[in-house]
Amino acid sequence: MKFNAVMKFARFKSSFYILFTSVVFSALAHGEALKTLRWGADIESGAPFAYKNPQNPNEIIGFEAEIVSALASEMGRKVDFVQNNWDGLIEGLKRKDYDIVVNGLEITPDRAEVVRFSQPYYITAEVITVKRSTYTVHTLKDLENRKVGTLGGALAERILLEQAFPMEIIRYSEEVNLYNDLAYGRLSAVFLDEPIALYYGAPHPELKNVGSPIGRMEYGIASRLDDKALAIEIDQALQSLKKNGKLNEILARWGLWNELTAAEWKQPVEPSTKPVMYEQYLKTAWPSTSIDKKLKRYLTFLPVLGKGALMTVSISLVSMALAVLGGLMLAAGRLYGPRPVAYLSLAAIELVRGTPLLIQLYLIFYGLPRLGINLDPFVAAVIGLGLNYAAYEAEVYRAGIQSVNKHQIDAARALGLSSRQVFRHVTLPQASRLVIPPMTNDFIALLKDSSLVSIITMVELTTTYSQLASTYFDYLGIGILVALIYFLLGLPFVGLAKYFEKRLNVSKP
Amino acid sequence: MLRVEKLNKSYSDSMVLKDVCLEVKSGEMVSIIGPSGCWKSTLLRCLNGLESIDAGEIHFVGEVLRSPLEMGENSFGRMTQRWRGSIGMVFQSYNLFSHMNVIENLIAAPCLVQKISRDDAISMAEKLLDKVGLKSKAERYPHHLSGGEQQRAAIARALAMSPKLMLYDEPTSALDPTLVDEVLGVMKQLDSEGMTQIVVTHEMRFARDVADRVVYVENGSVVEMGPPSQIFSSPEFESTRNYLRHFL
Repeated sequence: MKFNAVMKFARFKSSFYILFTSVVFSALAHGEALKTLRWGADIESGAPFAYKNPQNPNEIIGFEAEIVSALASEMGRKVDFVQNNWDGLIEGLKRKDYDIVVNGLEITPDRAEVVRFSQPYYITAEVITVKRSTYTVHTLKDLENRKVGTLGGALAERILLEQAFPMEIIRYSEEVNLYNDLAYGRLSAVFLDEPIALYYGAPHPELKNVGSPIGRMEYGIASRLDDKALAIEIDQALQSLKKNGKLNEILARWGLWNELTAAEWKQPVEPSTKPVMYEQYLKTAWPSTSIDKKLKRYLTFLPVLGKGALMTVSISLVSMALAVLGGLMLAAGRLYGPRPVAYLSLAAIELVRGTPLLIQLYLIFYGLPRLGINLDPFVAAVIGLGLNYAAYEAEVYRAGIQSVNKHQIDAARALGLSSRQVFRHVTLPQASRLVIPPMTNDFIALLKDSSLVSIITMVELTTTYSQLASTYFDYLGIGILVALIYFLLGLPFVGLAKYFEKRLNVSKP
Repeated sequence: MLRVEKLNKSYSDSMVLKDVCLEVKSGEMVSIIGPSGCWKSTLLRCLNGLESIDAGEIHFVGEVLRSPLEMGENSFGRMTQRWRGSIGMVFQSYNLFSHMNVIENLIAAPCLVQKISRDDAISMAEKLLDKVGLKSKAERYPHHLSGGEQQRAAIARALAMSPKLMLYDEPTSALDPTLVDEVLGVMKQLDSEGMTQIVVTHEMRFARDVADRVVYVENGSVVEMGPPSQIFSSPEFESTRNYLRHFL
């Protein structure tokens, strides 16, 4: 059977989900209302797991995408894909952002305490990769006193840490960067999962995989501990995919079928089919060097980048509105509130200003659910950014209000205006023109800081950049493109600020 | 019209106004003179409640203002705000609202405080601008006007509230000498129309020629007061004589 995962982006609320239309189609033929299988993964983790199709950035492919699709069709469900940062996958599962995680998650005792694992859908090992010009490394022992790169938190890292001999372990979060650094000579070896080495190490013209696989790791499907029914359903589906050879076929098509898995499932070591997807990957993903081709490819990115930019702009605009409103309230509280309110405002400002936005976002998104407050990612992003900037705005407004000439206020009071009228008709208009330049500054900074919300599953411009760059190994070209988009997004704000400044600056103090 | 009895005011430890007594009759022009730093501006600012007082009484249009401590912070604030609606004040640095043009400066308070309709306020403001010779500058912003023009606009702004009393805090001190007369001219005209005015000033000629009475203040106390003929030609006190020697 020829598998063809055609995926389209669909947008619900604020998250992007992906519908597997092929699955939908087969199920609709039976005329049933489909239950969903909400699958969480990080498509930045790249080939061969789940990644954007280089031919069509709107489509997600990878052996795990195919396994999830096959599982769903076995279970009579349709797949909803939910993007999340790899480090946050288990937290997102607990938050019920999705129901399963299938994303190279190895079964370990500590993880098994917080999530339920299915039987393994793939068994693999660790591999050493070095430069082609390195002839002295074949086993772990040969890594003594060398700089070895690996992904943080993975089995490979643990194996390295268990070794008795000294070496320098460098932890990365992105595979592409690891192998590039090895090629650039910043590392002397990379020690990582076989599928990654196969897809990122082996095809690199300057690198080679050496020695035999080390250790053993099993990838399992994670579900919530209390979701027993789903876990049973998944194990049954997985079992039948194993029996009817579909799982074997998917792994073979991606060139991943190996001795460890064959032995475990008591199936032949010979792959059941040709590694067509692996070959296609080598052909399409590895750099096509001609600038002409690259430029053409950038054109195909525009819809995806546009979508990311739209999300960036939405988050920024709503956050700015919140920041202005909150900033005014905090400034008013500090300047005019009774003593307790003034102190409380001051404390809020200092607390928010004095802690990193990144920590605040983690707290709001992953911490609050512990207290029973489960926020939508968009809402969490806006609250995090909005409150952070409200603290900065509050100080800008306070400075603006306090720098209004005392004589102007004297004149207004001398005419019999009440304090409220003085504030509304003299202080506020005169302060506004003073605060516009620093406010413009803050808003452009906010636009750029919005890239931080990628850590709480929001797919905005920076997430999109990261996904595309890791798919095409092109951090330079796409990076310049994305930087340009950020710059263009900021321009209207600069123009708007100029306009207001001109309108309000009809008179100098 | 206005009577001040034993007014005292201090900043932290130092007493700046000591037992000041003063009476201003309706239609009078009173000049307050004295060396710089004698707290005469502060005295003026106490009269409309821009500064609070610590002891004593101020009588104005049948009401009595006492220190906030005696009458309560809120009643002090309410009464002085009401008073300020009918006491015009003109400042040394003009203090026109810099974000409004001249006509907007004039109509702001009538519209906000007296709730006069915008149209009525504008037609009244235009008459006042005509009176101070600024009819053609109604749409200008303050920084486009000369100092003399700004001060005349500021007088018109105060007049727009139809005040019973006008206070001037060194209205010509910041002006180029050639522009002083146009401002003093407006004040003279108001005097001839029967306006009650109190002027803190260093313009001795103006005080001598136009004021009905002159008050000499030194170190926060009234040293002597009387008609200009008496103060300028035969002052009773040595300190008054010493001060006036610099000018005449």
